[in-house]
Amino acid sequence: MVSTYARLAWTWTRAAAAYPGSFVLMIVLGFVTTALDVAVILVVFANTTTLVGFSRDEVLFLYGAASVSFAICDMFVSNIDRVSQHIKAGTLDTFLIRPVSAWLQLCADRFNANRIGRVLQAVLVLGYAVAALELDWRRAWIIPVMVITGIVIFAALWTLAGAAQFVLTDAPELVNAFTYGGHQLTQYPLSIYARDLVRSVTYVLPLAFVNWQPGLYALGRDDPLGTPEFMRFLGPAAALALALAAALAWRQGIRHYRSTGS
Amino acid sequence: MIELDRAGRSFKVKRRLVHAVRDLSFAVSPGEFVGYLGPNGAGKSTTIKMLCGILTPTSGTVRVAGLDPSRKRTTLARRIGVVFGQRTTLWWDLPLADSFELIRHLYKVDRAAFRSRLAELADTLDLGAFIRTPVRQLSLGQRMRGDLAAALLHAPDVLVLDEPTIGLDVVSKAGIRDFLRRLNAERGTTVLLTTHDLGDIERLCRRVMLIDHGRLAFDGTLGDLMATAPDQSSIEEVVARLYTGSGAT
Repeated sequence: MVSTYARLAWTWTRAAAAYPGSFVLMIVLGFVTTALDVAVILVVFANTTTLVGFSRDEVLFLYGAASVSFAICDMFVSNIDRVSQHIKAGTLDTFLIRPVSAWLQLCADRFNANRIGRVLQAVLVLGYAVAALELDWRRAWIIPVMVITGIVIFAALWTLAGAAQFVLTDAPELVNAFTYGGHQLTQYPLSIYARDLVRSVTYVLPLAFVNWQPGLYALGRDDPLGTPEFMRFLGPAAALALALAAALAWRQGIRHYRSTGS
Repeated sequence: MIELDRAGRSFKVKRRLVHAVRDLSFAVSPGEFVGYLGPNGAGKSTTIKMLCGILTPTSGTVRVAGLDPSRKRTTLARRIGVVFGQRTTLWWDLPLADSFELIRHLYKVDRAAFRSRLAELADTLDLGAFIRTPVRQLSLGQRMRGDLAAALLHAPDVLVLDEPTIGLDVVSKAGIRDFLRRLNAERGTTVLLTTHDLGDIERLCRRVMLIDHGRLAFDGTLGDLMATAPDQSSIEEVVARLYTGSGAT
């Protein structure tokens, strides 16, 4: 599976590398545009020392954690959200006649190596925050768990978004609210949002487990909204449940695919 | 090799149920070369898509190479080759050779077998001149030859062709027909061919099936087909009679 993905990704990268100027430019642009998010955080903290009780470096930590997971999925999975384009163009059929899962092929389709710029930016921010905060290593072990959990959650969200497009063929942008919107939401401490919103991203769409709940543990903090301590460790379970739901939805989507007229 | 038992596929279109294919039963044995005819919208493409597992039948059963296509789609993919004349299965922006290399990887064809098969296909389909050209720059005839080669690199037992000669000039058509005839005769590959070009049928198919309004309207040899009409009728006239005769709309 990994080798098949790598082969597909490599082929697309080689095709894109035929235009090296644009390739490099896109990496730089990806780096710069996501750096603007950080600039916004820095501007906020130029005017205040804490945001709902969190310091600048703590906010950068939460931002960096969510962004690493998101940027990795954006690079490796997000192409799945073009499924409605393939349905409309009739090109989905060609994925379905291959002996490899359509999900894997669609994720790798037109693989865009220049998204590495965003991943690098996110890794830098997270690395800076972890170093600056001098986190206790008895708690910091959760950081890799958190990043992997986040990757699974975002990958599952994208898969759900792709599955939804089998039904919502004419409104593919609708589902972006959950993927890109989910990332926007997780960039700040969740306690800045209304309590009902936080509840729904904890118990319905488990975005709170991308960085918020495990992040609170890493930072050695109590939840300002008062969830119990064991919630910090439920991320992997929540991610697994969402991934299962996404896999089922995807299967249903494929089984109910109607193809085009010819 | 192919078995359909009362297979049907319906679609909901604006709250009405439309039966693209209904109660379709037929069997194709290994090594047969079958022409699959029908007017536009008769259900030919729907049948083909059920055969390769793209569409799940809404009733009845479909078996290809002993497998249920919609449930065992990726397993079946290794044993079936599919060519859509209307659309390429190759990677649009990649050179033909890169597409083939990807296919080798996707189908896990071993390197030695791949090399000898590709050499043979490149030779019989005359791919040499454009194998390094991106697919989007190929002419229709070149692209179709590339698509045929791509569908056969994994040496499938069954080859399903959906209008492979559509839009081709007479020379390209003749080349493709000759290639298909030899593939069937020398390798014993089972071939199911849909086409609107009755020349394809006359030159290639021993058996003809005709589908109309989602039902099988004729199944027999080419000779039987010709016998349904008065003597001296051309195949075009025979088929036209069947299309309008069984239409009943």
